[in-house]
Amino acid sequence: MKYFHLIWSNLKRRKLRTLLTMLSILVAFVLYGYLCAIGTGLNAGVEVAGADRLIVRHKISIAQLLPQSYGPRISKIPGVAEVTHSTWFGGVYQDATKFFPQMIVEPEKYLSLYPEFLLSSQHKENWFRNRAGAIVGRKTADRFGWKIGDRIPIQATVWPKMDDSRTWEFDLEGIYDGARDGTDTTQFLFHYDYFDEARLYAKGMVGWYIVRVSDADIATEAAQDIDREFANSPYETKAETEGAFVQGFAKQVGDIGKILTAILSAVFFTILLVAGNTMAQSVRERTEELGVLKALGFTNTQVLLFVLAESCFLAGLGGVLGLGIAWAMISRGDPTNGALPMFYLPKIDLVIGLGIVFLLGAAAGILPAWYAMKLRVAEALRRM
Amino acid sequence: MTEDREALVRIVDVCRRYKRGMEEIHILEGLNLDVMNGEFLALMGPSGSGKTTLLNLIGGLDRPDKGSISIGGDHIEELSDRQLAPWRARHVGFVFQLYNLLPVLTAERNVELPLLLTPLTRSERKVHVDAALSVVGLSHRHRHYPRQLSGGEQQRVGIARAIVTDPSLLLCDEPTGDLDRKAGDEILALLQALNRDHGKTIIMVTHDPHASHRATRTLYLNKGQLSNSLAE
Repeated sequence: MKYFHLIWSNLKRRKLRTLLTMLSILVAFVLYGYLCAIGTGLNAGVEVAGADRLIVRHKISIAQLLPQSYGPRISKIPGVAEVTHSTWFGGVYQDATKFFPQMIVEPEKYLSLYPEFLLSSQHKENWFRNRAGAIVGRKTADRFGWKIGDRIPIQATVWPKMDDSRTWEFDLEGIYDGARDGTDTTQFLFHYDYFDEARLYAKGMVGWYIVRVSDADIATEAAQDIDREFANSPYETKAETEGAFVQGFAKQVGDIGKILTAILSAVFFTILLVAGNTMAQSVRERTEELGVLKALGFTNTQVLLFVLAESCFLAGLGGVLGLGIAWAMISRGDPTNGALPMFYLPKIDLVIGLGIVFLLGAAAGILPAWYAMKLRVAEALRRM
Repeated sequence: MTEDREALVRIVDVCRRYKRGMEEIHILEGLNLDVMNGEFLALMGPSGSGKTTLLNLIGGLDRPDKGSISIGGDHIEELSDRQLAPWRARHVGFVFQLYNLLPVLTAERNVELPLLLTPLTRSERKVHVDAALSVVGLSHRHRHYPRQLSGGEQQRVGIARAIVTDPSLLLCDEPTGDLDRKAGDEILALLQALNRDHGKTIIMVTHDPHASHRATRTLYLNKGQLSNSLAE
């Protein structure tokens, strides 16, 4: 601690250079925070996916519908414990920027398959009873300030009504919470029966099936049996675990993990060069001073640690501030207005970020520190 | 040579050579020197004669190729780098021609630097710093940065830094070389007082005959050898 003043004073030597280096580190860590949050958002479904749940979709694309009649056939396949279906509604509330996912479901079966959606029994009952009823996740309810009893009008973009109107109205009967971090609480769920009766076309068709198998170990086998059941039909299926399905969905925009890692590697490598250059310049400028410190009795190791501490402190200042700013900004919520419902900075990424901060500091300082350590006193003083 | 018991610095048959490209330059050749405890020795000689090299060897900043250097009974050529650093902190104070203060630290923080290597508490360090600054007559400028001080004042801070750990030996490399005559005289008077009143043994490298007159003994270094008079 008694050396802190010396370290701090050295950083103040070239205030502008220190500030600019610190800012570049800060920006890198803000970017790190955002990329982690985006990665979390895109992979959130994978982490919370049930190991015993399968998604059965049209073999060609999830946009192709499947017949409702598949439900009973799927339920007869060995190992299948529960089946329900879901359909993407894709409506607009007020304007297109206020996006949130709307799903058409079989309420009782859906909640049974997704026990992580927590809803009081009273609200469940109310929803099951009211065909025009809907429930919504806490995040979306908070976002629009909805209360139970509100009437929610949603404009259809895909599904007009039989009377050609596009406005679907729902009674909000419940607000569900997530059982754990990462549970999606942005969804808006309403009755398939109500929807199917009123829609203009594609009656009797559903988006995809959700299947619970009796044992997660037979999930792959059950998926193969389901696909075999509908092979060579007009609506061939592709059944897979929910995790694989979500991952596949996310991979439609590429391998998110690899893309994020590549961007962050490039950013941190650049920052490493910037910080390393700052430290190298700083050490070169005070070769004589380092010689004087050694002449006064500071050991080579102490001088090495000084330079490393300086580098780590600089990286720490920029990095911790950057992570703090990222955390504060990300905590304000999804900047995409609903495209990333699970937009948050996980604690583990914060801890990893802190680790990277100090690794960056050490890596940027190690060569200048090594040079400073190896510096021969007489030689350094001769440069005066 | 003087009697053994009185010698603080004893240099026996020391050689130091440097390589410049393929050429080997013999800076010091079989040099012998005793410096008595409490002595103020001025080392003179032409540029490149090895004065600073000799000072560096005595201060443990450089190592001889041959011979032995004993300071207060410690054979410093036998000490490792790791041992030499704390040895320097305890036994030797350096005063440089260009003061070599850290520009980012105030006068008192500069003087405090060698004390950071001791187990003293912050308040204890302050007592020592105040005392050292008082000895050099700069108590009133302790919060000033080097750039806010004149050359003479900076050198005083340098001297305060050299004496703050109370070393027995002060090594001064051209301490007045960058000062005008008046400031130089003040520094020489201060060194004299440290030698006379505080018993410090001082070895001072200088080009200036006027400065050497302040010393109790003057030796001349030329072609790697010491003599009592300037060789022709």
